[in-house]
Amino acid sequence: MRAVYTWSAILAIVFASVVGDVLLARAMKQVGDVGALWRRAGLGMVIGRTLGNPNFLFGVTAMAVAFFSLLFALSWGDVSLVAPAAASLTFIGNAVAAKIFLHERVDRRRWIAASLVAAGVALLAG
Amino acid sequence: MFAATGDSMLSHGMKQTGSISLNHLQGIILAVLNPWVAVGILFLLAFFGTYMTALSWADLTYVLPATSLGYVLLALVARFVLHEHVSPLRWLGIALITGGVGFIAGGPEITEHHPAHPTTAPNAEAAAAAVEACAVAAQAPLLTKDARNGAPSEVEL
Repeated sequence: MRAVYTWSAILAIVFASVVGDVLLARAMKQVGDVGALWRRAGLGMVIGRTLGNPNFLFGVTAMAVAFFSLLFALSWGDVSLVAPAAASLTFIGNAVAAKIFLHERVDRRRWIAASLVAAGVALLAG
Repeated sequence: MFAATGDSMLSHGMKQTGSISLNHLQGIILAVLNPWVAVGILFLLAFFGTYMTALSWADLTYVLPATSLGYVLLALVARFVLHEHVSPLRWLGIALITGGVGFIAGGPEITEHHPAHPTTAPNAEAAAAAVEACAVAAQAPLLTKDARNGAPSEVEL
């Protein structure tokens, strides 16, 4: 039963952090090239436009949800299971979500990269 | 070149996060009002800022694997600064992450949706090129108008 709780919390972490990453990426695409905007309009403009972006605020909220899910997961399961499982599944989930929601061209090169990194993170964090 | 700068910037940011996550845990365990925590939060903000900056001109599927170099740096710091033992399995993990990052680093960093739009340009060079292209495009009608105005007069002459 404890395993069910742990894996539900892990899935919640993965889901929330994928949602958060996608929203943050979308927000920053809307803000535009930060370097160029900074040179053109100053740092205040960059910060104002970022913080005023609804996608950014929802993204940060999703990240907070992911963090609290992590705390729940850690209270039910071992860190040696939760950390690598959540981190590597997030990489795979992000590749899928970026393709579907951000319309990024996730070619074979990026699939291989995401899988290698996910495997590597699982080994390192485990 | 800008991608390489961005990557080094990211790895710098991740090096900072690497050190915080250690300090941070320590801070939470020892005391909440620990100076390490304040420094940690500053580093975390610095990382977040660089991460957002990278996301503004690169794909999520490009930035995310690149930030995972932070795990590698963390492991290297653990090995050489903290003198922890790094098992062969973890070295394999480091190799896999490095290989994966090398894979995407060789490819394009952004999917072009609107190539002529300056705000979606992948980097400063492309943005400048796009602005230049826009400027040329804006001047082009004027030029052709001039040419149109000029040509008949020359014909008349």
